[in-house]
Amino acid sequence: MKIPAELLYSTDHEWVKVENGKAIIGITDFAQDQLGDVVFVEVPEVDTEINAGDGLSTIESVKAVSDAYSPISGKVIEANEELSDAPQLINEDPYGKGWIAVIEIADENELKELLSAEAYEKLLSEEA
Amino acid sequence: MEGKKTPLYDTHIKYGGKIVEFGGWLLPVQYSGIIEEHKAVRTKAGLFDVSHMGEIWAEGKGAFAFLQNLVTNDLADMQEGQIRYSPMCYKDGGTVDDLLVYKYSEELYLIVVNAANIEKDWNWMVENAAGFAVALTNKSDETAQLALQGPLAVAILSKLTDAPVSEIQYYHFLPEVMVAGKKTMVSRTGYTGEDGYEIYCAPADAAELWEAIMAAGKEEGILPTGLGCRDTLRFESCLPLYGHELSAEISPLMAGLGRFVKLDKEAFNGLEALKAQKAAGLAKKVMGLEVTGRGIARAGYPVKADGKVIGSVTTGSPAPTLGKNMALALLDAAYAEIGREIAVEVRGKDISAVIVAKPFYKRG
Repeated sequence: MKIPAELLYSTDHEWVKVENGKAIIGITDFAQDQLGDVVFVEVPEVDTEINAGDGLSTIESVKAVSDAYSPISGKVIEANEELSDAPQLINEDPYGKGWIAVIEIADENELKELLSAEAYEKLLSEEA
Repeated sequence: MEGKKTPLYDTHIKYGGKIVEFGGWLLPVQYSGIIEEHKAVRTKAGLFDVSHMGEIWAEGKGAFAFLQNLVTNDLADMQEGQIRYSPMCYKDGGTVDDLLVYKYSEELYLIVVNAANIEKDWNWMVENAAGFAVALTNKSDETAQLALQGPLAVAILSKLTDAPVSEIQYYHFLPEVMVAGKKTMVSRTGYTGEDGYEIYCAPADAAELWEAIMAAGKEEGILPTGLGCRDTLRFESCLPLYGHELSAEISPLMAGLGRFVKLDKEAFNGLEALKAQKAAGLAKKVMGLEVTGRGIARAGYPVKADGKVIGSVTTGSPAPTLGKNMALALLDAAYAEIGREIAVEVRGKDISAVIVAKPFYKRG
C-alpha cells in the first residue's frame, strides 16, 4: 500500500496535501483498492462551503456507492472535472491525477487532528 | 466473516480472491478487478467457482411425471444428455426458483438450483413428490462445480481431455468425462452469455481441476473470475437472477420468460394462475433500461414517469462491454414500451433513462 510520507491522512482513508493555505484532497491507495474499479465520481461544486466530516464526493464502484468525506473545513475552490470522463484515475493514480478537490483551509488547527503517514500506516495494520 | 466454504476456498486465497459473504457462502467477488475479469470472459476465458449451486437428483419411474408437474417448461421431448432451463412456480404463479433439468435417462434427472434457494427448493420438491414414484436426493454438499466461460473455453478444455467436448451441443452434456485425470460431468451451459462449460466433479478433485484448467488456459489468457463479473456478465445478457427479476411476487411471465412457460401442458404448479395472468394481461413487466443521464441506476431505485413512480430497478450497474449504465426494472405494464423515456431516481435526483430491447448484449 502506498502511503506518501509528505501527506496527511484521515481515519476515513482520505489524504490531504497542504500547499499555501490550500488543501488538495483525495482518497488513499488503500481506499481505492477496497473499492475496486471506480466507474463514477461526483465531485463537489466549486464555492461550496464544507465542514470537516461532511460528504465531499460520491465515488461509485461497479457494485457499490461510497462517500468520501472532507477531513477539514473550508471552501471548495477547485474540483477535478477529469474524473467525470476518467473515473478510473482514482484507481490508477490516487495521489496524483486522482485528486478530488482543492479546499481553501478555514482553520489550520484542524490539520493537527489528521494522521501522519506513519500513524496512518499503523491504522491500516490494525484494521487488517 | 461467517459462511460456508467451497472446496476451492484456499485456491481463491492463493489466486488473490477478495472474499465476501454471499448467501451464506464465502466466495471471491473479484481477483484482479471486476471490469478486467468481465472483459476476459467476453474476449478470452474466465474460470468461476460455482460449487455453491445446488444439485438434486430425481430417480424412479415417476421422475419425469414429477418434474413435468413441478416446472413450467415442457420436458416431454428431451433426449438423454439434454438440458432444459425452466422456472418452477407456486400455485399462484409466483416463482420458487429457476433451474436446469439434466436428463440422464427416462428415470434419472439432475436438477441444478440456485445456491440461495437450495433448502427452500428441496423442501418444495419433497412436498410435491407426494404421489409420484420418485426418490429425491440432495447431493449439493457432495458436488463441486467450475464454470469455464468465454470464446476460448473450448480450446482450453480440449487440451485436458480426449473426450469430444468441442462437439457437445449447447444445452447438452456428457455424463462422464475424464478431465485432467478427474471424473467429471461436462455441460455446454453457462450464465455469462458466452460459450463455455459447467464442469461438475467431486469436491476432493475441485482444487486440482482448477489448477489444471488455469495452467491449460495460460497462453489463452485465462483469468480467475468472481461473483462480481458473474453478475455483470449475466446482467448484460439479461439473464434473470432469482430474488431480482424472479421472485415469489414476480412470475416468469412478468419476467419475460414466457417461452419457458408451456401453458398448453396438461398440468403443472401454477398453470391456472399463469393462464389467468396471461388472459388478464400482465400488470407488471421486467423491462430493459439504458441510463441516458449521468448516473448509475441500482437495484431498488424508483423508476418514474409522468410525475409518479411506475416501478423500480431490479438490477442496475455499469455494463462494461457496452460502456453504458443499464438496468432491468419491474414496471407498470402501461409504461412498459420500448422507446419510452422515463427517469430513475438516484439518491434523490431524477436521472433520464429510456426503455430498450433485451438482451443488451448478444455474443457473435
